[in-house]
Amino acid sequence: MAPLRLLTTLLLFALASAAAADRVHHHELDNGLTVLVQEDHRGGVVASMLWYHVGSGHEHRPITGISHAVEHMMFKGTEVRETGEFARLIAREGGQTNAFTARDFTGYFQLLAADRLELAMELEAERMHRLVFDSEEFQREMQVIHEERRQRVDDPPEARAFERFTATAHMASPYRHPIIGWQKDLDRLRLEELEAWYQRWYVPGNATLVVVGSVEPERVFELAERHFGAVPAGEVEPPPEGREIATAPGERRIEVRFEDARVPLLFLGYNVPSLATAAEPGDAYALLLAAELLDGGRSARLPEELVRGQGLATSASAGYSPVARLDTLFSLVARPSEGHDLDELESALREQVGRLRDDPVEDSELERAITRLLAAEVYAQDAPMGRAQRLGRLASTGIGWEEAQRFEERVRAVTPEDIQRVARTYLEPERLTVGRLLPGEEE
Amino acid sequence: MRLLCRLRAAAAAATTLLAVTAQAEPFGPEVQRWDGCEGAAVYFIEARELPMVDVRVILDAGSARDGGTPGLAGLTARTLDQGAGDMDAGELARRLEDVGARLSTSAGRHQAEVHLRSLSESAALDASTELLEQVLGAPSFDDAAVERERRRMQQALRAERQSASSIALRSLYAAMYGDHPYATPPSGTEAGLYSLDAARVAAFHAEHYVAANASVAIVGDLDREEAEALAARLLDAMEAGEPAPSLPAPPSEPKETEVRIDFPSSQTALMMGLPVIARGEEDLEYPLRVANHVLGGGGLVSRLYQSMREERGLSYASSSSLNIMPLRGPWLIRSTVEAGRGEEALEVLRGEVERLARDGLDSEEIDAAVRHLTGAFPLSVANNSALAGQLSVLAANRLPADHLARYIPRMEAVDEQAIRRALDERLDLARMVTVLVGPDVEDADVEMDPP
Repeated sequence: MAPLRLLTTLLLFALASAAAADRVHHHELDNGLTVLVQEDHRGGVVASMLWYHVGSGHEHRPITGISHAVEHMMFKGTEVRETGEFARLIAREGGQTNAFTARDFTGYFQLLAADRLELAMELEAERMHRLVFDSEEFQREMQVIHEERRQRVDDPPEARAFERFTATAHMASPYRHPIIGWQKDLDRLRLEELEAWYQRWYVPGNATLVVVGSVEPERVFELAERHFGAVPAGEVEPPPEGREIATAPGERRIEVRFEDARVPLLFLGYNVPSLATAAEPGDAYALLLAAELLDGGRSARLPEELVRGQGLATSASAGYSPVARLDTLFSLVARPSEGHDLDELESALREQVGRLRDDPVEDSELERAITRLLAAEVYAQDAPMGRAQRLGRLASTGIGWEEAQRFEERVRAVTPEDIQRVARTYLEPERLTVGRLLPGEEE
Repeated sequence: MRLLCRLRAAAAAATTLLAVTAQAEPFGPEVQRWDGCEGAAVYFIEARELPMVDVRVILDAGSARDGGTPGLAGLTARTLDQGAGDMDAGELARRLEDVGARLSTSAGRHQAEVHLRSLSESAALDASTELLEQVLGAPSFDDAAVERERRRMQQALRAERQSASSIALRSLYAAMYGDHPYATPPSGTEAGLYSLDAARVAAFHAEHYVAANASVAIVGDLDREEAEALAARLLDAMEAGEPAPSLPAPPSEPKETEVRIDFPSSQTALMMGLPVIARGEEDLEYPLRVANHVLGGGGLVSRLYQSMREERGLSYASSSSLNIMPLRGPWLIRSTVEAGRGEEALEVLRGEVERLARDGLDSEEIDAAVRHLTGAFPLSVANNSALAGQLSVLAANRLPADHLARYIPRMEAVDEQAIRRALDERLDLARMVTVLVGPDVEDADVEMDPP
């Protein structure tokens, strides 16, 4: 088998060609809209994504779910188009369009033949400032949102449990609210509130347009000027404060038993900084590598030791997304195998985290983790939507799209000592929330 | 013709990835096909832009081959990469990851698939290919690994019982296909999984993971000669074997036409379906694709979206899909609605299907749908992942190399008469199965909410 040193050379070669394709072209309109373009001339298609820097992380009670509700209303009519026309026009041109809402952003996208990009821009610019909020449409759409909530959160026991776990793990941050909103808030949301939310956050200076595909950057900037240039600048408001207030809030536990659940589930979440809130960016990358050591591939520690070795878990995963505006969670989720209980599993997971604190990772294991991450960078070049998403997420969390180009350098800079240091600082019991989902009795 | 002009322009703007094929008219990626050893078909698209290669080995080894033990094909696919040659699962994973490669396996209703993604640099590709050879030809299937994966499948099956939609889908296939192998759920059954062990899995592998039962799809940064060598290595790694025997024709009548299951959820899952179309029935396939797009395949512009969501606020997600399989696969319609509105929703869904069967589509709808489907085709072949997915369909069905190139002309040829004929021939409401799973489904006299 090829020795690692050789491999690193192979990867360098692959990454060099990937990095060359990864150039980002940047332009800012007078009204504040940022436009980012990456070229990918395969296939003659383009992904166009408009990111508004607003999401459930900007919300508070009793208007949780409002960003998501506005996203739904964005598919209704504008001053110049009736409801449904947007989707019909894009479909007619062979395109796909949809939207999503998350904690830090609300995104709208079109995927279509590259020579149809202008249509997407025209329509997207229109609904940036000329959306119509109609009361009857709103009533019906709220019914749809209730169905979406039932489907996504109320029916799957894991999602219901996760909603409560999240609300417990985030003590002072708006990340404690579900993206779709609390049921009680959805029951009372008003059309006027949606319209005000739209007026307040849907301004060019609070948005980023990302275009990846078979396009010339200058041409994209021209089209953006033509269509988005007409949108009034409005006022850009800073996002609300929402960082966790205590560095070590204390260990918390939540246990739920659902009659309709069939399989137990365990959540562990540590309050940790994101790339936006970390004192040093290196801390976030060290946390990323820590998650990678636990669960970055089939050979990582959780599958190797908990699922295969000890056979304690049927599944065990770890996750940390550094791309967040506010403090976030380093989380572990696992299901016990038959014959093992949640106590055993919790001890095993905590032991794994303890190992990150106590033992420096061996060079070969760290190098493998870095190889996995960097190979993934090469593979990520294959997906225009994925590339657009990476830039959009970085831009809308305030981290800045430029960070995408430092990824390789930052990942390579992480040392075994860094991982130990962040594990000692952040992955400690006073920052931990444990959530348990217990099934009902079998009939 | 405007459309072809546009597509030609798109093709001209594209790089070698989307070369217009020799026959001038058709548009699509340049697919090469040849016969590997033992009659295995090999499909290849050269894509030089990114330093990566996707290899998919497709085997006629899905749950339709489970016999009396549902779950066997799934368990075999899952355990395939849990150790091979002298490597245990961890060692195999480490060696793959050391060269930046990814390996995954899956089993669907008809096919099983082994997917390798590797960097194309020759030492990395050689190392990952060698590992894939071992996985295909010399998987360990040791008792502990099989038992572990069997238990994981059992748990996944328990988790499936938490979901009204999963229960509905399982029941729908059972009702549509009766005793036919397509009724067998890919995730298995409790009884099936209970009876499985390493010996059964090894025997299934010995019979089905053989060159004569395989086809190969390759997309990426290598040339024809290298692709031929790669395919040959993989086919050589397996025993020659025999192709799997033909499956019986699906039944013409469903086992039952309505299934209602009481289930404690906040939403009721509704599904309707009937087997309509087999791969190769192209005279019917393209008209039915157009009809499906209009009915519920077209996302935000479909009739189901309009009638269920926009007009009535009944549901967040209502859609239809045409599942084209080697034997007749189903047209599926699915929705979830608030418990208590199941009957109302069923009436709307049935109304839409009846309307489609009775009135067909008008020419405006056909134009819009054809325009969309042809215009969207480039999206489905725009990157390596998408191309590998397309090639794996070709490989699984041993379709001709120009299949993708014929997509647009075939779609453009669809007219009102063709759709009428396809609907008359295949959309038989009397044979359509309806499944409802939810808390309100036993009570057919539920009071309807005003829309």
